[in-house]
Amino acid sequence: MINVNNIRIKFGDNEVLKGITTTFDRGKINLIIGQSGSGKTVLLKTIIGLHEPDEGEIIYDGRVFSGSKSKFKKEIRKEIGMVFQGGALFDSETVEENIMFPLEMFTNITLEERLDRANFCLKRVNLENANHLFPSEISGGMQKRVAIARAISLNPKYLFCDEPNSGLDPVTSIVIDNLIKEIAQEYNMTTIINTHDMNSVIEVGDKIVYIHEGHKWWEGTSEEIFNTNNVELNNFVFASEKMKKLKFNKV
Amino acid sequence: MIVFYHIGRYFLLIGKVFAKPEKQSIYFKQIVKEIEKIGINSIGIVLIISVFMGAVITLQTAYNFTSPIIPRYLIGLGARDSMLLEFSSTMVSLILAGKVGSNIASEIGTMRVTEQIDALEIMGVNSAGILILPKILASLFFFPILCLMSMFTGIFGGYLASVFTDAVTPDMYIMGIHSFFVPFYIVYSLVKMIIFAFIISSISAYYGYYVKGGALDVGRASTQAVVYSSILILLFNVLLTQLMLA
Repeated sequence: MINVNNIRIKFGDNEVLKGITTTFDRGKINLIIGQSGSGKTVLLKTIIGLHEPDEGEIIYDGRVFSGSKSKFKKEIRKEIGMVFQGGALFDSETVEENIMFPLEMFTNITLEERLDRANFCLKRVNLENANHLFPSEISGGMQKRVAIARAISLNPKYLFCDEPNSGLDPVTSIVIDNLIKEIAQEYNMTTIINTHDMNSVIEVGDKIVYIHEGHKWWEGTSEEIFNTNNVELNNFVFASEKMKKLKFNKV
Repeated sequence: MIVFYHIGRYFLLIGKVFAKPEKQSIYFKQIVKEIEKIGINSIGIVLIISVFMGAVITLQTAYNFTSPIIPRYLIGLGARDSMLLEFSSTMVSLILAGKVGSNIASEIGTMRVTEQIDALEIMGVNSAGILILPKILASLFFFPILCLMSMFTGIFGGYLASVFTDAVTPDMYIMGIHSFFVPFYIVYSLVKMIIFAFIISSISAYYGYYVKGGALDVGRASTQAVVYSSILILLFNVLLTQLMLA
């Protein structure tokens, strides 16, 4: 479980996060949604420690992460898997080497065991026979799968995904969503996904946190989102005619 | 004020770079890769430029020695000392600042804007250490070798000029390069090259590591890396010359 307690963060005079408090439960898919510029990426990056909050604290299963010493942070980070928006795969390494990198860095297992683990992770994301290709030689969807495979290679307790569907076609988006959901449930990970994709909101989100102008504006389940009277949330989620129809049919 | 900001941030980065490596075997592998990328891939350009510069220095020295009382063998001596004292260290470093420096800055800068450095940080890896330390060590190891190669090929270039032109006879040139040899010049040149290697690799890495934005900013960082490395090379050239030869 991850607790976010009254997080505030400023860049110059611009206060981006204005006292956000929420909880992300273990084994659940937690979604952070919000308009561009609302502060959701900053929130995600603050939770994983790429930004240090000016106020408040981030607690990973009872361990205070924000403001702690870098050695302690490193230990917690070994339990974190992260899928970046663009994949963030290492260009100069093959798919297989990308997945083996965390294993080589943080374990003492043999090369053969590392290869076995890399193959297992690749099989788990339905990507075989791509071991020796470089990131530039595979499609965007495949890159996302490799990023997921790398993120799960060390069996993390926490999985973070920053807009995993961006730049993908609708079919591949659904495949990636389902893959993240299956893996999160299989390994009982605390999963936080930052997304704009409304299909993800409806299909995979157990808990949804809506960020608006740096505030936590609303939180609830994907079922509750259809019954809320929150104007800003409704304007954001049900902006398209298709989503309005979906709400009409549901309600 | 901005100068002090950059100096402070540079030394903080260097502190991170020289922090204890998480796993030495990975760093060692990276150093080997970097020796190939930074060092071995630069041999060609260094040799080509050195051979031509050696030839040109010989020809220009010959055409400027018009007085009959100046012995012709001094042309070889002048070409040799020019290569040893200045060209093989300072000029080669300026060339390497362009080739290797821009490469380091753009490589690390691209990793920054595509979030690869963030990915390393989130894994709990010291990104500055694993990305920059191997480049610095590879440069410190291989640049002096490039300097020695440049000395030999430059002097050989001068010999070729003596063979294929009538500026100076080959015998006179060889006599010149054997005359009044000061072995300390080689030590001086290698010491300069080691300092320049550190400047090129660390300054370029600094500009790449702190890139913000996109492709344009990576290009800008790459240019800044070359410009500031070159300025510092010239500044340290004066300081080291005064310290070691005065």
